[in-house]
Amino acid sequence: MRDKELIVKVCSGTGSVSAGGAEVLQAFENLGSSYGIETGFKNGCRTQKVGCRGFCSRDVLVDVILDGEKITYEGIKPDMVPRIFEEHIIQGRPVLEWVAGDEHKKFHSGQTKVVLSLCGEIDPEELDAYVAAGGYETSLKAYTQLSPEEIIEGIKRSNLRGRGGAGFPAGHKWEFARKTRSDKKYVICNGNESDPGAFADRCIMEGDPHSIIEGMMICARAIGADKGYIYVRDSYALAVKRLRRALEQCYEQGLLGKNLFDSGLDLDIRLYPAPGAFICGEATALLKVIEGKRAMPVPRMHRTAEKGLWERPTIVNNAETLANVPRIMSRGAEWFAGLGTETSGGTKVFSLTGKVKNTGLVEIPLGMTLREIIHDIGGGISNGKSFKAVQLGGPTGGCIPESFLDHQVDYESLALAGTIMGSGGMVVFDQDTCMVDTSKFFLEITQAESCGKCTPCRIGIRRMYEILDRITKGKGRLWDIELLEELGTHIRTTSLCGFGMTAPNPVLSTIRHFRDEYAVHIKDKKCPALVCKDLLSFSCIQENCTGCGMCKKVCPADAIRGIRKKPHKIDQQLCIKCGSCIDACKFGAIHIE
Amino acid sequence: MVSLNIDGKQLSVDKSCTIMDAASKLGITVPNLCHNPDLSTFGGCRLCLVEVEGNPRPLAACATLVQEGMQVKSSTPYLERLRSTNVELLLSDHPNDCMLCERAGNCKLQELAYYYGIRENRFEGTRRTYDKQDNNPFVSREMEKCVMCGQCVRICEEIQGARAIDFSYKGLWTKVTPPFEKDLDCEFCGQCVGVCPTGALTGKMWSNKGRQKFREVDTVCSYCGCGCNLTLAVKKNQIVRVYSRKNTINEGMLCAKGRFAYEFVHSPDRLSRPLIRVNPKSNWVLEDTHDSGGPGKQVQRSPALQDFKEVSWDEALEYIAFKIREIKESSGPDAIGGLSSARCTNEENYLFQKFIRAVIGTNNIDHCARY
Ligand SMILES: Cc1cc2nc3c(=O)[nH]c(=O)nc-3n(C[C@H](O)[C@H](O)[C@H](O)COP(=O)(O)O)c2cc1C
Ligand code: SF4
Ligand code: SF4
Ligand code: SF4
Repeated sequence: MRDKELIVKVCSGTGSVSAGGAEVLQAFENLGSSYGIETGFKNGCRTQKVGCRGFCSRDVLVDVILDGEKITYEGIKPDMVPRIFEEHIIQGRPVLEWVAGDEHKKFHSGQTKVVLSLCGEIDPEELDAYVAAGGYETSLKAYTQLSPEEIIEGIKRSNLRGRGGAGFPAGHKWEFARKTRSDKKYVICNGNESDPGAFADRCIMEGDPHSIIEGMMICARAIGADKGYIYVRDSYALAVKRLRRALEQCYEQGLLGKNLFDSGLDLDIRLYPAPGAFICGEATALLKVIEGKRAMPVPRMHRTAEKGLWERPTIVNNAETLANVPRIMSRGAEWFAGLGTETSGGTKVFSLTGKVKNTGLVEIPLGMTLREIIHDIGGGISNGKSFKAVQLGGPTGGCIPESFLDHQVDYESLALAGTIMGSGGMVVFDQDTCMVDTSKFFLEITQAESCGKCTPCRIGIRRMYEILDRITKGKGRLWDIELLEELGTHIRTTSLCGFGMTAPNPVLSTIRHFRDEYAVHIKDKKCPALVCKDLLSFSCIQENCTGCGMCKKVCPADAIRGIRKKPHKIDQQLCIKCGSCIDACKFGAIHIE
Repeated sequence: MVSLNIDGKQLSVDKSCTIMDAASKLGITVPNLCHNPDLSTFGGCRLCLVEVEGNPRPLAACATLVQEGMQVKSSTPYLERLRSTNVELLLSDHPNDCMLCERAGNCKLQELAYYYGIRENRFEGTRRTYDKQDNNPFVSREMEKCVMCGQCVRICEEIQGARAIDFSYKGLWTKVTPPFEKDLDCEFCGQCVGVCPTGALTGKMWSNKGRQKFREVDTVCSYCGCGCNLTLAVKKNQIVRVYSRKNTINEGMLCAKGRFAYEFVHSPDRLSRPLIRVNPKSNWVLEDTHDSGGPGKQVQRSPALQDFKEVSWDEALEYIAFKIREIKESSGPDAIGGLSSARCTNEENYLFQKFIRAVIGTNNIDHCARY
């Protein structure tokens, strides 16, 4: 066995670490040394931690690569490691029952890994691993062979658009900054990842920090910046740690600092871990934070690319946008543009969550349909339920029903359907979801996250939330749907920044696609999906009830009355709608509506 | 220069102007709560929205630079509807306490509510309420009334340089506060009070002393040589508050003394007639303020009134002239020195040094701000 090459890769993203990834890695390392296998990066045999590989619902994922033959295990716990070691690594017989199955194949087969291509493959804490995968070759080229104009031209031809939400063409933005004269210019990586449901940026920062740094180097070269900041929310502890380490390694190796690649150009990149409120991701608010002020967006009287941080030309790009840059530079703008649609090149990473079988990070070429993502990659709806809607773009995005599933995923088509790309959050809802309750859930988040600067957003979103709240409590008024529509449109039209402009989306899109559901809540005071508690009523079906009394025992409110062996009754006044009786009744005699 | 058209009127302005600046040149007022030409652009109240041809969204006039050929409409039924909805939203989170509010009759929010005729409000819901009152001596802060225009925060930082207050919290609960919600402990210049468009910030000293029908007296501050222009609001021959107009040398800005330290005017201790000392200075004693055991501070007791005699101006001046001459003759002019004051006018200061140099014949002349 000693003469074989062995690589064990253990997923070590935040999701995996919380599922026990670190312990699994430790178990492999311990066993390795007890068998006398020397491990190390330069050695043929090694264990390594790698970034997130996306399939988070099956964590911990482990690759065992024996002489180039890769077997992926899923759902591995530390106590399973000895058996894998014994049977697979020593005896050469993979433990078939733990090998990742069809779902894993299906999950990955529809995807195109560009920006995530190294995530989950290399050790994010080793500069050597990144360099071995071709890292820092394109930045070398950018600093020594290409002119800034050539770089910008390439990025423009690649059709790379900002992945932070608005989809602004990156090459054009760089060109504005290039053309503005200034004594100082800045490049900033936006790693705030505002959307609480998205985790793509986090996974890239954790799993492949050097790609982001290299992207920033190339951008700095293109616009003529000598200072950069990586803004990352400090609750992303692992990302902060890995980025800090990656920066240290770059300084040690002279990849950052003075005289990069003997070009005579300097670049200093600082990590800026900061509290990540939602609004901190908005570019102008983010700049205020770095300037030491409160995160409040300012009106864009000038482009930030021309007048940004401390009034100097500043490029703010999303982490995913920047991580794409080295790929474009090495494989060519045409290749990248060819992956996407006519208007947007490349791929986009989505954080697929909710009621699909396979949740996790998925990277798809732009232009794929939602149906392919949800039904093929995501494996369809879990528990045999049916699809109801998908929320794209986080709490400020919109909900799209079945009829839009064949739409392409790109900036324009999503806007037509009433939602946004946002930072790639994708939450799938099944038939048991109440759309009114769902939009209330999203507005509960946004009403608390408004920065408070402008009237419509600060007060208006709160008022929308309150209207939704009263609808879900059976106190809706007949004109509430129209009021929500008017107020939502008003907030969208009059707000200062992108937050207020998008925050009403969940409500407006659900009213657009599920208006009846709102009407039923208001007029009939019923929740068809049986979610809004205050609208439910529990009753006992007299024919089915055997009078066993189980329900009576579990009812915490003492709301069930009845004599043994006689049908029981639920006192509506006392019932707190906890649902305990349904679970307790073996005869299906409890009815909810 | 850039030429544009607002409400059918053509004009040319510098390219650094905003639509708001250009409109004001034409005498068109665009409603707003947060705009202040002395401060940085804020763009928060969303009342100054205007329609610009070719733009699908209305734009904030205060935060949009003019462009060549721009066609602007400052008021249309659509815009007025947007504005009135925003005022309605503001009022849905406001105590609507105009009856007792210090600012009633002089409040921009009240004016807007009146203009848009908002009696019924389609929006109701949580309203901010705060029980804790700030204990500082000068600025009364009723933050329920704040419309988040940010003028106080900006003037404190950008003009006063004090940075004593900033926004805290998020969402509806956003609030302008001193650090950690402590009591205000700052320069107390009251600049924030001066710019607040509502009753959120008012002067503690002028509460319940009347809101309207003041006699306004324009005067110059007597504290320092800057000579800020003041306007005294006078009621029953009493100063009830002090402010300053925009079109003055100090552009409406004042410091703590100019704005709040006016009580001396009506002080019974104030000297209003000349006094001549009758008992010699040696009567002065050093008084110990030490009362409860702590280390006391020795202060000079102020001379008691019985040590002085009230005289007429003629008598007083005669006495001064007599004394000066006596000293000059016995000890020479250099035994005399003159100290003038920044609270005098330039002319008075000029005359005084002339008098000391030419009449007395000494160069012993100085002034707290130097000659
Ligand atoms: C409320 C709000 C939150 C945002 N949050 C983020 C974020 O978390 N990350 C991000 O990259 N961009 C975010 N953006 C977009 C940024 O303002 C900016 O457009 C983006 O960082 C530019 O980079 P890109 O061109 O690479 O997308 C947000 C925008 C808004 C309005
Ligand atoms: S729209 Fe909302 S988040 Fe944006 S500036 Fe206005 S209040 Fe702040
Ligand atoms: S009184 Fe002056 S220093 Fe104090 S908060 Fe107001 S503006 Fe700032
Ligand atoms: S306290 Fe007054 S000046 Fe300050 S933000 Fe509120 S309304 Fe504006």
